[in-house]
Amino acid sequence: MQHSKTQDTLVGLFVATGIAALFYMALQISNLGSYSSNDTYTIIANFQNSGGLKIKSPVSIAGVRIGRVSSITLDKETHESVVEMQIDSKYNNLPDDSGASIYTAGLLGEQYISIDPGPGISGDFLKDKSKIDNVSSAIILEEMIGKFMLNKAEGK
Amino acid sequence: MFEFLENLGKATRSSFAKLGRSTLFLGHTLTGIGDVIPRPNLLIKQIYSVGVLSFLIITISGLFVGMVLGLQGFYTLSDFGAEESLGVMVAASLVRELGPVVSALLFAGRAGSALTAEIGLMKATEQLSGMEMMAVDPVKRIISPRFLAGFISTPLLAALFSAVGVMGGHLVGVGMLGVDDGAFWAQMQANIDFQEDIINGVIKSIVFGFVVSWIALFEGYDAIPTAEGVSRATTRTVVNSAFSILGLDFILTALMFGDI
Repeated sequence: MQHSKTQDTLVGLFVATGIAALFYMALQISNLGSYSSNDTYTIIANFQNSGGLKIKSPVSIAGVRIGRVSSITLDKETHESVVEMQIDSKYNNLPDDSGASIYTAGLLGEQYISIDPGPGISGDFLKDKSKIDNVSSAIILEEMIGKFMLNKAEGK
Repeated sequence: MFEFLENLGKATRSSFAKLGRSTLFLGHTLTGIGDVIPRPNLLIKQIYSVGVLSFLIITISGLFVGMVLGLQGFYTLSDFGAEESLGVMVAASLVRELGPVVSALLFAGRAGSALTAEIGLMKATEQLSGMEMMAVDPVKRIISPRFLAGFISTPLLAALFSAVGVMGGHLVGVGMLGVDDGAFWAQMQANIDFQEDIINGVIKSIVFGFVVSWIALFEGYDAIPTAEGVSRATTRTVVNSAFSILGLDFILTALMFGDI
């Protein structure tokens, strides 16, 4: 069987380029490069309406992303939407009286949760499985238009 | 009427027989892989002919597919003032779909057909029976290294295709059409998930590599040992590979991304 050193080298180069392409995809194209650590803790918020929020929607403070939504379920008794968020553990100093609201990025953009840090009167911070009490629901465009129309009609 | 029923029965029986033969053949090939590992030279030679020689066609097609995506995406997205999303569009379509699918189709055309023709000709010239005469198992000696080489090469080629494609999209979008460089990468990184998109794309290409290698080698091994038989087997390789790639792609996409 004829077999040469050049062939070995070329195969080696080929495999190396392929693996380099995989790394390139992982680091340059995907979000893997932006994960500093996988350590997270979970906080919970009950919303009356979570609107178009989805799993993996961003959670941010002052526009900086600090975590993602990890699950959205319905509380069977209160009929509220229970949203669990995974927050990067390096942001472990959120006051426990912080508020959470659902906003929309742009007019038609995706929805995200914005955390408004509270004054921190008690001095405690949000821990794993803590619940945020001060919440405001998603703004539903149809609802707003409906209310606006109703007001107009009543005004006349 | 009876003739029709007879033919129908014959066709059904022979297609089941073929399915059975191909499954047994796959089992035989997979058991032979254990014997390839102590002899890496066999494998390296096959990776060379299957993978390295497909390198050029994959990178060039990847570059052009990425460039076309950049161009078309830009004109559609600019209608909505969303040119910054070009990076996401190019990367998502390449990593999820076009990378694995197009590179597997090219691989079937470039390497799969060559494998079938090679094995079919070996059978026609009775090299395979010759090996059996010398108590060398042709499946272990000839088929398994080629199977493993195809299986290893396709994910690497698909990754190359996607990576080069994204660069092509960047070249057109940022270089020629003036999309903002930072937004191009930032939106891409924010929206392409490593596990969801990249790993699923790699899984797809692994499945395609497995299926294309299997089809190509089986058609060659099962070819009627004449010139016409080999040419038919080669055609069947390309046609069946294309069908199975596209069909499996639908099933895999439905399984992976269906619930989003």
